[in-house]
Amino acid sequence: METSFAITGKDYVIVASDTTAARSIVKMKEDEDKIKAVSPHLLMAYSGEPGDTIQFSEYIERNLRLFHIRNNYSLTPSAAASWIRRSLAQSLRSRKPYSVNLMLGGYDTTSDTPHLFWIDYLGTLAEVPFGAHGYGSYFALSLLDRYHNPEASLEEGLEILKRCIDEVAKRLVVTPGKYKVKVVDKDGSREIEL
Amino acid sequence: MSIMEYNGGSVIAMVGKDCVAIASDLRLGNQALGISSNFQKIFPVTDRIYLGLPGLATDVTTLRERFRFRVNMYTIKEGREIEPETFAHLVSSTLYERRFGPYFIEPVMAGLAKSATGGFKPFIAATDLIGCLNFAKDFVVAGTASSKLYGVAEGLWEPDLEPEQLFETISQTMLNAVDRDAYSGWGVIVHVIEKDKVTTRTLKGRMD
Repeated sequence: METSFAITGKDYVIVASDTTAARSIVKMKEDEDKIKAVSPHLLMAYSGEPGDTIQFSEYIERNLRLFHIRNNYSLTPSAAASWIRRSLAQSLRSRKPYSVNLMLGGYDTTSDTPHLFWIDYLGTLAEVPFGAHGYGSYFALSLLDRYHNPEASLEEGLEILKRCIDEVAKRLVVTPGKYKVKVVDKDGSREIEL
Repeated sequence: MSIMEYNGGSVIAMVGKDCVAIASDLRLGNQALGISSNFQKIFPVTDRIYLGLPGLATDVTTLRERFRFRVNMYTIKEGREIEPETFAHLVSSTLYERRFGPYFIEPVMAGLAKSATGGFKPFIAATDLIGCLNFAKDFVVAGTASSKLYGVAEGLWEPDLEPEQLFETISQTMLNAVDRDAYSGWGVIVHVIEKDKVTTRTLKGRMD
């Protein structure tokens, strides 16, 4: 089943998501990238209804890009999170709401701080030190309660992420096979091989 | 599964002697799964009015933004700050506007109203999700632990409490009620509003 994690550490945010595209009980694909770099210092992991996820994430990406072109600066992570939340909240009370859950990790270059936001399809927004979506969250959150360290280096952060992935692999009945891991820090976002 | 209990959370407001207090828990959950232990449900409206919004978390944020907008518009149009009684009716009409597709929030507000003599009168009120106002003289409660809050507050509250005593009373009420509710807790925040200052304290609570 779909699972995504995100962890903040010292001056970075790690965002990880599984790479399976499933339809009913069938795995259609095993290398789907479900983390989008929506702006230079902002990563968004999305999960939910297949069509909605792509449609919504591209809508977000292009609007943030449009803002950048018009104003010559990007929205801060918290400003972007507020706008994305509002889009989802408005969609919720429409005839066909987007059913998309997000983990939004970003690095605020104005204050040099990493930020992580947990957003669900209802438009619930919470800033968290670590978060997860999907069935994996039931295992990962309790692990992160014990092992998360806001001062951890990138290597230590990736170690903690591995523990989460291993725990989900061990205990979840329908385990996702592979994960894509991306990091955002002061230099922007990049992919990391675990 | 009720939508009012989906995210959990509770708020209480109490009257004291020339002061009022409002407190909430800090939990945000998805049913039984805890997501955040620092989710604010109480927001300042003016220097002397605080508003608590327990209920569906998406509507907590939406309504907070809506009230900020409507209070700003009021302040600009009237050229003065809104009074608690007026604000209570603003809350009521904002919610009743959505009578047949409501916001899933039961607001609680606390403030000090200007009296004709120039003093300040404690004011508390609560509404249901469609804006039916409840003005109370002692305390108002709302949220998933509301039934427990009624019981504890009924036992602990007394008239004319000084600010420090009121803080103690509302804190003990909140901490003990919330421990009997699985959907509330994970820390408590308390605001005590007096005529010249607001004291905000965060309390440690049980993390289970």
